[in-house]
Amino acid sequence: MYSVRQWSVRHARGLNAFYRAFESALVAMHPLFRTIGYGRLERPVAAVERGVKGFLFDCRMCGQCILSSTGMACPMNCPKNLRNGPCGGVRADGNCEVRPQMRCVWREAVAGSARIPGGSEALREVQAAVDRRLQGRSSWLRVAREQGEPRS
Amino acid sequence: MIFEDEPVPGYPLPILPGHTSPGRFERVLRAGQFAVTSELAPPDSADPEEVFARARIFDGFVDAINATDGSGANCHMSSLAVCALLTRIGYAPVMQISCRDKNRIAIQGDILGGAAMGVCNLLCLTGDGVQAGDHPQALPVFDLDSMSLLETARTLRDEHHFLSGRKISHAPRVLLGAAENPFAQPVEWRATRLAKKVAAGAQFIQTQFCYDMPMLKAFMNQVENLGLLDKVFILVGVGPLKSAKAAEWIRTHVPGVHIPDAVIARLKGAADQALEGRKVCTELVQEIRTLRGVHGVHLMAYRQEESVAEIIDRSGVLAGRVPWHPSRDAQPNSDRKVS
Repeated sequence: MYSVRQWSVRHARGLNAFYRAFESALVAMHPLFRTIGYGRLERPVAAVERGVKGFLFDCRMCGQCILSSTGMACPMNCPKNLRNGPCGGVRADGNCEVRPQMRCVWREAVAGSARIPGGSEALREVQAAVDRRLQGRSSWLRVAREQGEPRS
Repeated sequence: MIFEDEPVPGYPLPILPGHTSPGRFERVLRAGQFAVTSELAPPDSADPEEVFARARIFDGFVDAINATDGSGANCHMSSLAVCALLTRIGYAPVMQISCRDKNRIAIQGDILGGAAMGVCNLLCLTGDGVQAGDHPQALPVFDLDSMSLLETARTLRDEHHFLSGRKISHAPRVLLGAAENPFAQPVEWRATRLAKKVAAGAQFIQTQFCYDMPMLKAFMNQVENLGLLDKVFILVGVGPLKSAKAAEWIRTHVPGVHIPDAVIARLKGAADQALEGRKVCTELVQEIRTLRGVHGVHLMAYRQEESVAEIIDRSGVLAGRVPWHPSRDAQPNSDRKVS
């Protein structure tokens, strides 16, 4: 929902702090997840993630969440799926070129990032191209697995 | 300026030390000259002569010609094909690649293909949304964005492999460019975005149309504060406005073009609005020439391409320099020793 999405950007700081704690919990649960089996968890966890993040951020389930780097504004809501900043077509009123009724996602991202400690620096990192195979998959499980595995 | 090894049409030049491409455009930039580029609107036609005719208009006044890639999301001859035609007779095209119509497989193939046909300059763009053009029912692809497109091209060139990791045997020797719009929201973040593009591989920048010098100066200050002036060649976009009415239409219908009221009022008050539009443009070029960190202008004159020569000539920014074109050195009285 658009108004909830905007609320989330206004509360980027709190949401980011919450996510940091949540992420630590996820990583700590890696051994448990592994015992149950990531494959078996994928569908139910993805369904929960879709519900929660869909409500808060209009999440598109790209499967490689970067909300913490984009001020809690989901870049996949940009009609051009831009993950590295706004395009050159943003309207003078700050709204989207493609959807004139919507504020540019990247205006939200710049505003939200300013509220997160280190957010403006995170916004400057160049994001790699999206892996389209992860569409619809749980980003939470991916984080738990990647960060929970001992580094080789 | 004339280089000792001027091009034989269709033959690549040697790559000079410190250069990434064998192209003349990079040579002009690195030699510290004020560069001029323009934009060729690809024809709605399969006739190569239409491409050549559109390029000839710029002869003697531009260092490189951008071949647009479905600009405004309208269908035209492909930029790759236009570039291939232009390199055949020695022109230095800038191949524009938009992320709107092709995925990463097609784009990487085009970069190799373009370089194989003599393209030395790429401009990596996001692209206008399909809603802006004549095929609004088309699928917008946007598999990559302009930033990951730059990284992709740089990977091909510097690391000699595809995004998949598969090796390529001969890397594309290209100068990488990107666009920036200093006049669009969020204005305060535009210089940072430029920094990101430089980090992703951009070596030159062509900006959106500039009609607002104070905004451009503020942007250039930010760029300087970020320490980018010696890391990237910036060419500022300019273009003549045909009339106050046309200007009004452009600023309401073309995404990302900012035209201050004062410019429109000046056009309205003129007896010959088209002439006044060219005057405004000439003055902008002259003022842009004086800015520190600006290395040239990108003159976009859609449907009034013949005005490019007049504007550049009147502005005096080439200072007597005649950029190479296919018939330059064949002209009588040409002096090849001038440098």
